[in-house]
Amino acid sequence: MDRLFLVASTFCFLLGFAYSMHALGARVYRPSRLNFFSILAGFLCQTAFLYLRGEKIGRCPLTNLFEVFIFLAWSMVLFYLLIGPTYRLSLLGVFTSPLVFILQIGALLLPVLDKTVAVKVAVNPWMELHAAASIVAYGAFALAGIAGVMYLVQERQLKTHHLHSIFFHLPPIRDLAVANRRLILTGFALLTVGIASGFAVGSLSSHLVKIVWSVGVWALYGFILSAELSHRLSPRRGAWLSVVALALVLCTLWGIRFIDQAAA
Amino acid sequence: MEIVCLGLSHHTAPVELREKFAIPEHAVATSAVELSRQSGVSEAVIVSTCNRVELYAAGETPPEAFDALARFIAARAGEPGDAFFRHASQRSVQHLFRVVSGLDSMVLGETEVLGQVKKAYQAAQQAGATGRHLNKLFQRAFNVAKEVRTNTNITRGSVSVGSVAVELAEKIFGRLRECHVMILGAGEMSELTAGALQARGVKAIFVANRTYDRAAELAAKMGGKAIHFDDWANDFHVVDILIGSTAAPHPVVTVEKIAPLMRTRQDRPLFCIDLAVPRDFEAAVNNLEGVYLYDIDSLQQIADESMSVRQQEVVVCEQLIARHVTEFSEWLAAGPRPAAEFRTHPEGGRP
Repeated sequence: MDRLFLVASTFCFLLGFAYSMHALGARVYRPSRLNFFSILAGFLCQTAFLYLRGEKIGRCPLTNLFEVFIFLAWSMVLFYLLIGPTYRLSLLGVFTSPLVFILQIGALLLPVLDKTVAVKVAVNPWMELHAAASIVAYGAFALAGIAGVMYLVQERQLKTHHLHSIFFHLPPIRDLAVANRRLILTGFALLTVGIASGFAVGSLSSHLVKIVWSVGVWALYGFILSAELSHRLSPRRGAWLSVVALALVLCTLWGIRFIDQAAA
Repeated sequence: MEIVCLGLSHHTAPVELREKFAIPEHAVATSAVELSRQSGVSEAVIVSTCNRVELYAAGETPPEAFDALARFIAARAGEPGDAFFRHASQRSVQHLFRVVSGLDSMVLGETEVLGQVKKAYQAAQQAGATGRHLNKLFQRAFNVAKEVRTNTNITRGSVSVGSVAVELAEKIFGRLRECHVMILGAGEMSELTAGALQARGVKAIFVANRTYDRAAELAAKMGGKAIHFDDWANDFHVVDILIGSTAAPHPVVTVEKIAPLMRTRQDRPLFCIDLAVPRDFEAAVNNLEGVYLYDIDSLQQIADESMSVRQQEVVVCEQLIARHVTEFSEWLAAGPRPAAEFRTHPEGGRP
């Protein structure tokens, strides 16, 4: 039953993805209700999936890579729905739905990711907080990366004077820079909570690789944030770094989790 | 029932003729009522703007309706001559759909005309000059205009140098209410551009000119602040939009001069508009982080590209309009509907 919701959710994001491709092809690139509502419907189905999965396993559904992917996708959509209308970034949805779709279709097509934990470990609230806060933080970082891509696209067009159709539908670069910075700030605060609660869980020696990696990510975003806030990093370089940092996180998340589980 | 349209526009008549036949805004509703009471006409809407005077009517036969419209015009301002066009049936429907979509406008794709036609229709409807045919026609026309705007690029971009500058400023800063503008050189072009920015609500305008009196004059006119030309760099840290329009034979704003000043701006972008020939800004200024430099040629090029895109979209718009014209004509040809449907018609016009 829970997977049914996930399939429905993935289908909704596929609709958004198809709209994005169609809009690119037709050169009429603007936010649409179809895109927004398909994302909203996808989010509701994601929430239902995570709720049912949580009920089934008796804890926050972050016990394997499959659930991590879905939770990450859910966090991204959550941030999109929260900040999209606030910063007039409705076009963020056009960029968000393809990424969420790819994450979910990847999770669905690789059953090996959905290995259930054989030994039922007692629920530790610190562990739950650690896992949930960290993944939601990565959702914020993912959206910051998307806002960064949008900034770079818009900035390049403004610099080169070659204005494509998308230029007229992307938000102003100043709004994008503000959104990028605030998303990094939110993600950084959540990751701080996640890492601190991770330390409260204990058994640090068995997760050394993961701890080093997490602290590394935290330090990287901390650097970006402090440099941006102290105006040592221009919005353009901040956007570039947020994209690079996101790529780094997405590329290493799998490997780190794999090494961590092997070590544990 | 037939729909007819008699009128003149900027395509067919010079301004002297258009103003002769123009109907003042306050008289549009009563004139429409008067027209709808003419024999041969049962419903009427009058659209009178600076670019067109068009009379739309529903009547039993086109010749009778045209006669009534011609009599109406002759009684008001003289015989309608060759400058007047006459469209009947599908042609009149197509004409209205093209007008509201901005395809018949002086500036292709402009949207102001839609508001003007809406106003004209509402005035006629409220005065009781319209019925089910014109209600249906105009409602359909507004839907067509919306569809054209949404599904094509006919309104894309700006097509004049001033509006391109405003659009770019909004794409950099978002709302312009917090923006400070500085004009270097009190020329006509800079005044026009600053005026367009001012209309979008910029916070403050500084004017610097070699002749201080001219700067003071322009500043007073625009509600801004005049500054001595040699002191323009002192206020630079608050400026978001810098317009250059001096007669200087060499660049006034150079990388050497502006780079150190950029460090005081805390990452705020700077939009430079160079309207001067020879140019006031060194081209390399555009390479500075956070600086976006546009000269008169690049602004004109963007305006031309937008116009070119709009022209390419005309074919798509015409296809879309043709489909709606056919649908409306079929509805019109099908004749009156049963009374029950008629009573529940949303426009609530007279039968």
